[in-house]
Amino acid sequence: MSGLLSWMIFLPLIGAIVALFMPKDNHRLIRGIAFVATLLPLILTVVLLAQYDPSTAEFQFVEKAAWIPGLNVNYHLGADGIAVPMLALTTLLSFLAALVSFNITKRVKEYFAFFLLLETGMLGVFSSLDFFLFYVFWEVMLVPMYFLIGIWGGPRKEYAAIKFFLYTLFGSIFMLVAVLALYFTSTPHSLSIIEHIQRAPQMTRGFQLFAFVFFFIAFAIKIPTLPFHTWLPDAHVEAPTAVSVLLAGVLLKMGTYGLLRVSFPMFPEATRFFAWPMAILGVAGIIYGAMVCMAQTDLKKLVAYSSVSHMGYCLVGMAAVGSVAGISGCMFQMVSHGLITGALFTLVGVIYDRAHTREISAFGGMWIKVPVYSGIMILFVLGSLGLPGLSGFVSEFMVFLGAFPYFKITVAIGVVGVLLTAAYFLRMIQKMFLGPVAGHSEGLTEINFREIVAITPLAILMIAIGVYPALLSDLIQPTIENLVRLIGA
Amino acid sequence: MTPFNLTQFYADWATILPECFLLLWACVITGAAVLGRTDESKSGTFAIWTIIGTLATAVWVAVTQDGAAFGGTFVFDRLAVVFKEVILAGVILTAAASVGTVSRLRAHRGEYYGMILFSAVGMMLMVSATELLTLYIALELSTVTLFVLAAYHKTNRKSAEAGLKYVILGGISSAILLYGVAILYGLTGTTELARISQGIQRQFMASGSFPPGLALALLLILAGFGFKLALAPFHMWAPDVYEGAPTPITAFLSVASKAAALAAFLRVFFVGGQPAQLIWIQAIAALAALAMIVGNATAIVQTNIKRMLAYSSVAQIGYMLVGAVALDPWGATSISYYAMAYLFANMGAFVCVIAFAERTGSEEISDFSGLSRRSPILAGFFALFLLSLAGVPPTAGFLAKYYVFAAAIQKGYLWLVLVGVATSVVALYYYATVIMKMYFPAEQTEGGFPVARTLTIVLAVSALGVLLLGILPGPVVDWIKAAAQSFVPPT
Repeated sequence: MSGLLSWMIFLPLIGAIVALFMPKDNHRLIRGIAFVATLLPLILTVVLLAQYDPSTAEFQFVEKAAWIPGLNVNYHLGADGIAVPMLALTTLLSFLAALVSFNITKRVKEYFAFFLLLETGMLGVFSSLDFFLFYVFWEVMLVPMYFLIGIWGGPRKEYAAIKFFLYTLFGSIFMLVAVLALYFTSTPHSLSIIEHIQRAPQMTRGFQLFAFVFFFIAFAIKIPTLPFHTWLPDAHVEAPTAVSVLLAGVLLKMGTYGLLRVSFPMFPEATRFFAWPMAILGVAGIIYGAMVCMAQTDLKKLVAYSSVSHMGYCLVGMAAVGSVAGISGCMFQMVSHGLITGALFTLVGVIYDRAHTREISAFGGMWIKVPVYSGIMILFVLGSLGLPGLSGFVSEFMVFLGAFPYFKITVAIGVVGVLLTAAYFLRMIQKMFLGPVAGHSEGLTEINFREIVAITPLAILMIAIGVYPALLSDLIQPTIENLVRLIGA
Repeated sequence: MTPFNLTQFYADWATILPECFLLLWACVITGAAVLGRTDESKSGTFAIWTIIGTLATAVWVAVTQDGAAFGGTFVFDRLAVVFKEVILAGVILTAAASVGTVSRLRAHRGEYYGMILFSAVGMMLMVSATELLTLYIALELSTVTLFVLAAYHKTNRKSAEAGLKYVILGGISSAILLYGVAILYGLTGTTELARISQGIQRQFMASGSFPPGLALALLLILAGFGFKLALAPFHMWAPDVYEGAPTPITAFLSVASKAAALAAFLRVFFVGGQPAQLIWIQAIAALAALAMIVGNATAIVQTNIKRMLAYSSVAQIGYMLVGAVALDPWGATSISYYAMAYLFANMGAFVCVIAFAERTGSEEISDFSGLSRRSPILAGFFALFLLSLAGVPPTAGFLAKYYVFAAAIQKGYLWLVLVGVATSVVALYYYATVIMKMYFPAEQTEGGFPVARTLTIVLAVSALGVLLLGILPGPVVDWIKAAAQSFVPPT
């Protein structure tokens, strides 16, 4: 099928436009459109995975056409072993998040229009091979996100929405400056990511350091690493459930994806130079995020800060720039965190919808009242704290395995994070699920069928990757080996 | 003096025919207004005839051959075509947006449209002038009519104040400009830009001496243009005039008048001042940075939407001039493209204000609260135009900013680009605040309202422009690029 990636990217956009022309009171119809418009890209993902040749690091499904010839801008798409898992994660989480969104009753038409536009932006970022296109998708995503948080969010939604918008825009303008600098330092002038990777050896050290730092600001805000993380708790806590799922599951990965796609292969010398600081930032994130989690009383905030901690693992893994295991661990963590945190936010949403509170202390003995929900929740929490047999364990293990030879003491400190993670999660489980029934647990009703449907695929994948990691590693191996060769550490 | 040559005479007038036609049309419209009955219902008729004449002129401009007339004081080149089309598009959109405003006037309804056309003729001459006195006269023709238009609500104190302020500051700025022209004439003995350039090259630059007189002349001219463009620190008149003038005129002023001044600026500095670039480029860079900072920082605290847009347009001029530090086709293309993107976005934004004020009688930002529920279409358009002004893809505003920043980076002006990108984050804050007011309030605000049909058309055309220039800009970029390349040869 030609134009596979284009179809994936633009089907949701078409869905958004179609939805805009529907009568605004016909919620069933609009939900139906959203269902189809997110299901089709998911089906195309299956086709993509089936046709993807995992034995090579080459870009596949490449589409290229002149877009703005006067500025050497091309419509250039392609996917490799780094992009394919991210695309799959995006279509899956988007579909499930659309299911989760069916309980939205306020301004349904606008909601799904923005939601679908967001999916287009996300898929576009993961498949662009032209800087201009990449940047456009990167920015396009901010607008629907701004509206989704701002209209359907919690009490402090205005503040959270604009903080998110300004923070991310602030980061991306640095990327824009670096892109322009890359453009004018290349002969002939080019915006092609592939061509810039090829000319990496000719870039001077000074230029590499400059460009790396500028890109890093943009990506670090998105991940987010310390000290750029402060937008994240606000955005997460205020965002509606499905948006939190996408925010944590997909948007955060754009930061790490950007580093792997752009910064690492394009500025190898700078990457080697900054490996240490990245490892330290990563470990700082792990520890800081976990410590802050210990102090949280709001369940959603706890999951939000756990993201800061878990994205720290990604950074540590990729900081082991010479190690296939480290960078693979980073990829595993990206996928695993997407699955697990997506599920956790959905589950937080489930009890918030029923009890209208997320205070940990407001619950107790939930296992007695809602055993199915509790079982699922505990399964994902165990996945998040890295129980062997679940995907979180594989990724953390690979990250530490890869990074230890390079940063012994730093990594040793980072491992403490695993302990802290277990501590805050187990404390939460104990308070909310064990003991006598208390507080809001009293009136809770069990998780419903639609919500179980939305969670199940995530659970299956989490277990599958945990038990049989080759499922993912076969897909990414050649690309990551190639990446490590390009970095040349 | 060259002897009279009939062929040359006809050739000269053939080159300037589109302007002559529009001038005639303006006279006819004004004449009809003076002689005929112009009650409320006629506003639409006048608008339609104005648009027809302007469209005809636009087509004429598009098919006219390149050429120079009157001893080279008037050129009709590709760059002139680009800017003339921008100006004429501005006239058409303004005329269509004025129907409601004009029908509420007590008298002189038809003359309003005549005035706009006279002003447009001045602007068209301005973008073609390659000689400083021609330029000056064209500038005066366009500004004097704008003085009148700004004060058109003559019983409204704010409008009268706007007119008066505009006259006084416009007069001062013209005097400053003329003073600079006079000094330049004294130094080089000519008012023709091409020969001024040669003169500067021969007398000063070749010898390497730093000529204080020349610097003074260029800076005075720059200040004169600064007033016309509402460039900080010469922008103080703009917010009051923008607020007081009838809103369609505010839009016209901010879009067409600026485009004309920008074209003239390009001719004077990219051609005439080219050899002396070391003197003025730093000044331009500093002024651009100042405009971006002052405009955006002041816009944040505004409570009136027209004043906010006024300060935002001060900042927008700053962004355009970022492209001017690159004295090459990149620079000229980026500025021209920006002017075009700005035309649609700013025109659209002001038309949203018109549509809003017609129904609610308010121009306060706080009253936009909940607009998305009362008029989803209007709120959607306004959000789109604001996002374009903020430079968010995939709108025209993004590519425009990309282009000017690219031009500056190419010349190594990293600091200027950093100021530009940092201030554009500030800008996003106030644009997004308006969007937030329109969309985020949960409670239902009372009273949905429709938007007048003509305004809806203007909004749709502007929105189409913003999106097409952002998503499929290829042909337009090529067109402008070719114009810029014929205007400034690549260095």
